[in-house]
Amino acid sequence: MAERMALTGNDSVAYALKQINPDVVAAYPITPQTEMMHKFAAYVADGEVVTEFVPVESEHSAMSAVVGASLAGARACTATSSQGLALMWEILYITASYRCPVVMPVVNRALSGPINIHCDHSDTMGARDAGWIHLYSENCQEAYDNTIQAVRIAEHPDVRLPVMVCLDGFILSHTLEALETNDDEAVRNFIGEYEVADSLLNVEQARTFGAFSLQNYYFEFKKQQADAMERAPVVVEQIGREYGELSGRHYGLLDAYRCEDAELVLVGLGSTMGTVKQAADDLREAEGIKCGVLKVRCFRPLPGEQIRQAVKGAAIVGVMDRAVSFGLGGPLFHEVRSACYGETVGMLNFIYGLGGRDLSLTDAKDTFRALLQAADSGEPEPTVRYIGLRE
Amino acid sequence: MAELLKKDQMKPGAIVEGGTMAKLNTGVWRTYVPMTDLEKCTNCLMCWIFCPDSAIKVSGGERHETDLQYCKGCGICAAECPVDAIEMKLESDVPPDDKKG
Repeated sequence: MAERMALTGNDSVAYALKQINPDVVAAYPITPQTEMMHKFAAYVADGEVVTEFVPVESEHSAMSAVVGASLAGARACTATSSQGLALMWEILYITASYRCPVVMPVVNRALSGPINIHCDHSDTMGARDAGWIHLYSENCQEAYDNTIQAVRIAEHPDVRLPVMVCLDGFILSHTLEALETNDDEAVRNFIGEYEVADSLLNVEQARTFGAFSLQNYYFEFKKQQADAMERAPVVVEQIGREYGELSGRHYGLLDAYRCEDAELVLVGLGSTMGTVKQAADDLREAEGIKCGVLKVRCFRPLPGEQIRQAVKGAAIVGVMDRAVSFGLGGPLFHEVRSACYGETVGMLNFIYGLGGRDLSLTDAKDTFRALLQAADSGEPEPTVRYIGLRE
Repeated sequence: MAELLKKDQMKPGAIVEGGTMAKLNTGVWRTYVPMTDLEKCTNCLMCWIFCPDSAIKVSGGERHETDLQYCKGCGICAAECPVDAIEMKLESDVPPDDKKG
């Protein structure tokens, strides 16, 4: 039955995977994801799921095994972080281009070097062009909810694309939170059976998977992928509504918090948005500053038009990036600014939290104040700023 | 040349019918041709076992010519043949009419 439970981010996703009961999970341990698959392996050992669990020798193998299983008609999952995601790189593109509806929780962690095990988004940001759908989670509840919805989104006939469920390393993965879980049977009914038209194992109707495709066909296959991504936003919204009916927790592409009358809006991803919402509340109450927060839940496909509508009334917008594209600035900033092309709203980029550096409530308030100052002075320079960095 | 499929006729994920490689003339990639002396051949069929392209034709337990539509000239058959019945020759050194596996 639906229950209120105390779970870490890793355990909440492992619990969602237990309820999903995938046919195949192939995974390799990596901090801070390790406990998630550790927990899931215990469910396998205890007979609580029927999953074939493959403890592979690397993440490259994990992703490869999952692609093979998916093409054979299995509902297949894996999970990783940072360097593990980097090692999956070439297979990430193959998963998406073979249209395997794989679900992969990614516990966000900085990429080496210098080596670091703590949270930033450089791992998943680097994979933003691989053809996966990216859902970011603000808290453990959302990580749990996103994992269940990801199955439906990935397998939807209009989409058929893999989904990454991103959750912040340690900040969520290792932090205990009280969250609402769904009834096992309700999850089972919600996700339904996985069905494939073509299977690697169907010898009666043999098919070629992974065919060579040259100048005369490759381009059209890529356009099919682009088309599927364009169809995905409607599906993400529809599944979010259906999940709302099931759980009482509704999901969309974005989460606009107090944006209606906001003069200052901060846009960003993941757990930091919780801190920023608190900062917005505090500043509204104590200083009467009209602050709003736009959390981008679905980063791929990027809901550009919805972002534009949500922020166009503000005086100035700050986009917070927990990653840096060297030589460019924050990746989210550049996409949000591009989505708002033609609007007169000012825009600043705040890069923060690399390698797990904490962003405190005071930092979040200071970020709103920096926006206010730039708006009041009419001097939005420099465009790209760093928060919490020692000079 | 066959007419190309339209985008919407192509199955997403590049899934096509099985056995498509049989339609390709991969023998055109070849640099060396395996010239086989069937008089010397003892029908041990080591070449048939080792050929990575299933290009050695066998029927009734007897080795026949190599199928040059699929043979890519890797030379594994020549290396494995215990009676040296297969000699790898440069394609350009063999007149077209003499070319047989």
